[in-house]
Amino acid sequence: MIEAHELSKVFSDKKRGDVRAADSISFRCEPGQIYGLLGANGAGKTTTLRMLATILSPTSGTASVAGFDVVREPAQVRAHIGFLSTATALYDRLTAAETVEYFGQLYGLDSATIARRTSEIFKTLDMEEFRDRRCAKLSTGMKQKVSIARTLIHDPPVMIFDEPTNGLDVMAARSITDFIRQCRDRGKTVIFSTHVMTEVEKLCDRIGIIHGGRLRTEGTLDDLRRRYAKSNLEEIFVEASGDGR
Amino acid sequence: MLRDKRTIRSMVIIPMVAFPMLFVVIGWAQEKFSGEAEKEVSLVMVYGGEDSPKVVQALRDFPGIQIVPYKTDARQEVSDKTIRALVEIPAGFDASSGSSPANASIDYYDSDTRSELAKEKLQKFFDDYRVHIAREALIARGLPTRLLEPFTVDAKNVAPPAKVGAAIFGGLIPYLIIIFCFTGAMYPAMDLTAGEKERGTMETILTSPVARTDLVMGKFLTVVVASVTTAVLSLLSLGITFALTKRGMFGGAGSTRQISIDPAALVGVVVMLLPIAILFASVLLSVALFAKSYREAQTYVSPLIFIVIAPAIIGTLPGIELNWKTALVPILNTSLVSKEIIAGNHPWTLMAAVFAMTCVYATIGIVAAVRMFNREDVLFRV
Repeated sequence: MIEAHELSKVFSDKKRGDVRAADSISFRCEPGQIYGLLGANGAGKTTTLRMLATILSPTSGTASVAGFDVVREPAQVRAHIGFLSTATALYDRLTAAETVEYFGQLYGLDSATIARRTSEIFKTLDMEEFRDRRCAKLSTGMKQKVSIARTLIHDPPVMIFDEPTNGLDVMAARSITDFIRQCRDRGKTVIFSTHVMTEVEKLCDRIGIIHGGRLRTEGTLDDLRRRYAKSNLEEIFVEASGDGR
Repeated sequence: MLRDKRTIRSMVIIPMVAFPMLFVVIGWAQEKFSGEAEKEVSLVMVYGGEDSPKVVQALRDFPGIQIVPYKTDARQEVSDKTIRALVEIPAGFDASSGSSPANASIDYYDSDTRSELAKEKLQKFFDDYRVHIAREALIARGLPTRLLEPFTVDAKNVAPPAKVGAAIFGGLIPYLIIIFCFTGAMYPAMDLTAGEKERGTMETILTSPVARTDLVMGKFLTVVVASVTTAVLSLLSLGITFALTKRGMFGGAGSTRQISIDPAALVGVVVMLLPIAILFASVLLSVALFAKSYREAQTYVSPLIFIVIAPAIIGTLPGIELNWKTALVPILNTSLVSKEIIAGNHPWTLMAAVFAMTCVYATIGIVAAVRMFNREDVLFRV
């Protein structure tokens, strides 16, 4: 479960002064649900997800992730999430197996659990062939699989995906969206940010449209269609963003 | 870390292969070229001496010197290095006596090794010739020639080989250790901070439950290990190179002088080195973390080497000594205390002060690095 309440983040910028990258964002995402945070570049998606992942601390407001407070219990939050984005890269000099083992150790798992989980994940994702190959030598698709394996090693109840398909080819992007769907099917709480409308339409149970750091509207796709009397998500997005030109 | 080519290059390859090769090549070149210069027959012009055939003949017979016909631009030829020296023999040189000594002169080109060697040969010739004339005069007067040498002097070295080694290497070793310590820390520090930011692994690691203080300490210990390993390998490599190629490295001096360095002193130097390695690691991590990319980190870190070299060089200068004031100056204090240890001196109170002060600076450095790692504007600088 993820619950964000009035979550705000202000960055100080020498040229622009104080910039509110996220402004009083509140939403709730239940287990077994995919929450899509839809917004243009610079809308505040990454800042919001980084606050939920405790990589950034909120300027005001609060959030709880898997029952832990992001400000008071950041280590517990991180221990219960899997965070994946195109910005979270792999160590080129580690092999696929070493990467997963290393993150297993960082999550405090014992060696027997790491070995068992690694074996399960590698079988499920069909990674055995390249388990001992260094990440630098892997294709983009293989790297994506290693990243997924890294986020799954501790079997987290909450998954956070920040534009995970950005810059990926069709096949690699498809493997990611399949994986996100599987996470929901396993009862995980999933939050997913993107600016790709089709991904949201295909995947998300609830959608939040974010613009200028503010959550402009949220609900199921049907809710939004009714609210804006439009069937096309792109048009809903443009109107909700307050940029109906 | 050991899979990173840059770290391996700076930590192992350069100290273990490049430096020994450099010294061997320098030694070989020095021996070859200085040996050739010493073997050369020096071309010399003689001005005057028409009325002094004896001295001219003696000079002609002196080994290692060849007299070439005099030209009016003889001085220019010395400058042009076509001849090595010009000797001027005044009129009446052969006929001169003790009551009215003649004054011969040698024109040579200072800074030209071959010209200087020619001057030394000519000076040796005139010294020998002076004794020869005096001996003939004594014989002519029926006096014993031993009057020329009323006494002899023997010089004996009482300094143990370790002290001789300390005099030669006392300044050099701390200087090299400090530089190696710094360069050994440079690449891993940049790689583990700006490099990770650039490659995107920093964000990955920040999503793990590891506390940021633990994260920075892990990186910090890695850099310290790289720094100390580089310095120790460099020392070992230099020691082995020196032992194997004494002649090559130090020309004739090494072969005739008994030089050694007390291994216990080197251990002492390595102990004093630990806090400075910690200081370097923490400062480099803090500075490099600020950069967005490896390349940007290089522009911040490279100038720091001058800040490190300056006190390290000052520490090698004669007259700069370890005292309560210099003990407070970071880097310089380590350089000076290492010099004292290598020289076999153990000013325990000052040594403790230097160690403590460097530990204080290192602690400040670590605190700064931890703070930098907790600053979002540094970690996510755009």
